[in-house]
Amino acid sequence: MSEILAYGFMQRALMAAIFVGLLCSTLSFFVVLKRLSFLGAGISHTALGGIAIGLVLGIDPIITGSVFAVGTAMSTGYISRIGRVGEDTVIGIYYATGMALGIALISSFKGYYPELFALLFGNILSVTVRDLAIMAVVLVFVLLFVILFFKELLAICFDEEMAIAGGLPVNLIYMGLLAAMGLTVIVSIQLVGVVLVAALIVIPGAISFRLSKNYRGMLWLSLLFGLGGSVGGLFISYFFPVPPGAAIVLILAVAFALTMVLKPIFESGHRKTLLDK
Amino acid sequence: MVEKVVVAENLSVLLGRRKVLEDISFTVMRGQLTGVIGPNGAGKTTLLRAILGLVQVESGELNVLGYSKIDLKEVRPKIGYMPQLQSFEKRFPFSVADVVATGLLSPKTLFRRHVNLKKRISQALRSVGMENYILEPFQDLSGGEQQRVLLARSIVRKPELLLLDEPNSGLDFPAQRLFMELLISLKTEENLAVVLVSHDLVSVASFADQLVCINRTMHLHGSPLDVLNSPHLDEAYRCQFDLLSSTIGKERYEN
Repeated sequence: MSEILAYGFMQRALMAAIFVGLLCSTLSFFVVLKRLSFLGAGISHTALGGIAIGLVLGIDPIITGSVFAVGTAMSTGYISRIGRVGEDTVIGIYYATGMALGIALISSFKGYYPELFALLFGNILSVTVRDLAIMAVVLVFVLLFVILFFKELLAICFDEEMAIAGGLPVNLIYMGLLAAMGLTVIVSIQLVGVVLVAALIVIPGAISFRLSKNYRGMLWLSLLFGLGGSVGGLFISYFFPVPPGAAIVLILAVAFALTMVLKPIFESGHRKTLLDK
Repeated sequence: MVEKVVVAENLSVLLGRRKVLEDISFTVMRGQLTGVIGPNGAGKTTLLRAILGLVQVESGELNVLGYSKIDLKEVRPKIGYMPQLQSFEKRFPFSVADVVATGLLSPKTLFRRHVNLKKRISQALRSVGMENYILEPFQDLSGGEQQRVLLARSIVRKPELLLLDEPNSGLDFPAQRLFMELLISLKTEENLAVVLVSHDLVSVASFADQLVCINRTMHLHGSPLDVLNSPHLDEAYRCQFDLLSSTIGKERYEN
């Protein structure tokens, strides 16, 4: 272990895995409870358009991608709330348009974009100190938002109609959640890439939702699986020739599959034991 | 204390450019259960949302607990609301206590901890006979038990007016009966004004003090028997109601 962490790039990668693991698993809890999984995939793929603009214009793609990601998330929420078009329809349109824009720009402006492959599939080993600082700032903002509005976010996820009737600023808090999702997706792209980032903000929450009937337990389990998956994937990629992004997502997918298979077996065994008594 | 809890006079409500309610007039008194009936799309839920100040009143008067239509936001803490069953996620990882606690949230509780949270939750659950389930996962309860917990959530703030939107939908007959009896005892003990929207004419007419029948506009307003025996009920629903109204009348007077 100490041999692995002797490398500077591995130390930064581990820090990035912890930051992104915490970020994604915290939001994954709300993404699953509010059924926003498709939005996660939509934001990441739309961000490709923003990333391409950045690459072509020579601007930091994280900045242009962030504008696209946050813009996509918030405008999806706004358009679906004014009731003209359904949320899934808006995401479907953004998703394809963002990808098409990215492909069109990168194909039209011929050049060499070494960052593109990393942004598509992730490259945690190339994380710089500046990247870590951006991740840390986003983590602080997201955690602060979640801590300040935790009970209101839960109430909105459970029964939005009741939260509105209670006079809570539902639209404001919901838009805050969407903005947090947009920022989380964009900083997580460095870890697992545009293609795989949705898994990181869906699977930890999905696993914990299956395992816990209590939101406190669900949140802790989501954090545990999010951190375990991202750090575990990083170490697996050190020892085996698997890219870290793919290793992280595969670990989480295997954990989800195990809960699907093992939970019913455990529950039937538990019922049998209770009946025997 | 205001005796007239809700007064609507020639009330009209727009949703977008569409007029959803027109010329609605009725009064709800303290200690009275008012059943709001009408076919699908009649505007029953919109009427509740208008009372809560969630949709804008286009014309006419609406006074709730002494607050006029422009100040209805202020009156929300005094109103308990139970939205339709499908408005919430049934597998949500909440305990019974967590569900009831959401009824206490308001702009005043932002960035603050609740005061006497456990005591208030226990009291509300005791009122609906669910205090022994306080730590149970909400998702493990039956439909009838979940409804009683949601009723506890709507009364946890000690409201003066209770608005219930289709509380009996999806419940079997014994569970409906139990729920309505519980509601009547709460109404009597707390001297609550209750407005209940329902599709179930038998159930609502058996327990209500008055019925308001709407279908976009006002059709009938009066005692359950008067409303159900009125020839205008057929107009509101566009179907025959003879058999149904005589059954309800018989049941009500035999009891």
